[in-house]
Amino acid sequence: MTSANATDAPLLRIGALTKRFGGFTALDKVSVDICPGERFGLIGPNGSGKTTLINCISGAFRTEPGTVIFQGEDITRLPPYMRRRRGIARSFQIPRPFRSMTVAENLMVALDFAGAAHDLISAAERREAVMSILQQTGLSSKADAPATRLSQVELRKMELARAVATRPKLLISDEAMAGLSSSEVDEVLDLLMSLADQDITIIMIEHIMQAVMRFSERIMCLDAGRIIAIGKPSEVMANARVQEAYLGT
Amino acid sequence: MKRSVTFWIGAIAFLVIILLTTQIIGNEYPFFAGYVILQFIVLAVAWSILGGYAGYVNFGTSAFFGVGVYTAVLLTKAAGAPLAVQIAAAAAVGALLGLGVGLLTLRMQGIFFSIATIALTIVIETSVTNWRFLGGAAGIQLQRPPVTPPFHSYVQMLFFVQALLVVLAVAIARYIQNSWIGRGLQALRDDELAAECTGVPTLRLKLLACVISGALMCAAGAPAAMYLQYADPSSAFNLNYSVSVLAMSLIGGTSHWAGPVIGAILLGVTQQLLAVTISSEVNVLVLGIMLVLFVVAAPQGLIGLFRKMVDGRAEGKA
Repeated sequence: MTSANATDAPLLRIGALTKRFGGFTALDKVSVDICPGERFGLIGPNGSGKTTLINCISGAFRTEPGTVIFQGEDITRLPPYMRRRRGIARSFQIPRPFRSMTVAENLMVALDFAGAAHDLISAAERREAVMSILQQTGLSSKADAPATRLSQVELRKMELARAVATRPKLLISDEAMAGLSSSEVDEVLDLLMSLADQDITIIMIEHIMQAVMRFSERIMCLDAGRIIAIGKPSEVMANARVQEAYLGT
Repeated sequence: MKRSVTFWIGAIAFLVIILLTTQIIGNEYPFFAGYVILQFIVLAVAWSILGGYAGYVNFGTSAFFGVGVYTAVLLTKAAGAPLAVQIAAAAAVGALLGLGVGLLTLRMQGIFFSIATIALTIVIETSVTNWRFLGGAAGIQLQRPPVTPPFHSYVQMLFFVQALLVVLAVAIARYIQNSWIGRGLQALRDDELAAECTGVPTLRLKLLACVISGALMCAAGAPAAMYLQYADPSSAFNLNYSVSVLAMSLIGGTSHWAGPVIGAILLGVTQQLLAVTISSEVNVLVLGIMLVLFVVAAPQGLIGLFRKMVDGRAEGKA
């Protein structure tokens, strides 16, 4: 996938990240490095801080103490759209399509604003770029359908497609499989796998354990805003604290 | 490309027709009434750039309009500036006002932004009311300079100038709608966080929309001083402008530049007819009733109804 040398420096370095909502500490000094090309799983019980961590990485939340360093650059103070332009894309747990647009137009927004150069490529080229992403995500037949007419699994796929259209280096998938049937889970998982094969580093948040186990090279488990385990999937699953957090014993 | 050519041919034809009518028709009244309709087209198109494309409902149209009127008054009184300078200066002031208001209020969403824009109108109106140089609450009389040929009367000239502003406003709105700016505004209207995370610089785009919209509104207001040869704060900053313009945009539909144009013509003509035949107070009543009807029956405006019909026909065939 990536050359051996490139993996030395982390793609994303989160340093002692803390996020408080009033008196509640949602994240407590979380530090982790994500390597280029890595498939990284993020698990933890409900309310453990997974989505908060994603919001801090993508810029939706400002963090108080702590740093987010992406490709060696400190992006802690940057607004979301600037982080996006540096290569961090995300999908939302509850899909947030642009409802007044068609599927293709949703992706067009991503194309328009991903780089600094607007309107440089011709309309035909843009359409082609959009169609190739839709092809890859299995949505090409829905290109001109209004986003409001999509089914749940199609919406999830469109969330990912829109993120991919921005040509990310890091893609954060926030529970893209929640509420889907097992065959749909496989579809989305295959999609994420194929994206990982294209050198996109992926952080996957998921509750569906087989999916996370199959997908991840490394898993981190959060509980009450702290990292309780990090390592290979089998190690994390065998960890007593992880089992305790999940089973509540 | 082809569409652009058609658009510009249409725009030029529109201006030629307007120019010809000023040469052929001697009676001043049609121009006096037509001017108001053209003015409302500019205001409604300008309003829909922020209110329609970006979805930020601005109740401050009258603030921008009034500032345009009083920029012209100030320049006329202080320097005897010609009409073109008055309009250009008003546009510049409007852009700055738009930027200032945007920086202060565009971080607020939904109803809070709307309330802030109403407050703006009141603040500026109060300031002008207490500004003696501009005539204060009693208003100020203005003397029209001699008319420039080929026009025979000043009102005819203003009618043509306002037609130029219509073309300018529509061309800008059309460009925005078809470009990356329009797609960005539409995205942030649908979902601001998702747009931001897709790389849309939401605050900057909103500011841009507010600046352009403000500049056009002020420019539309500038000739009004010479049109009436009189300006006073309570009519220049009349909340009726805000309400009428909002109604025109919503009734026409805000997803396409043609919406506010159609809305302004429809409501503007109705208002003028009612003002002549019944009374100017009935305007407001009709406006209110039409707005309620459209909000209930056609929330996407006439443009939305039209699109539904086209889609329906296409589906019927298929």
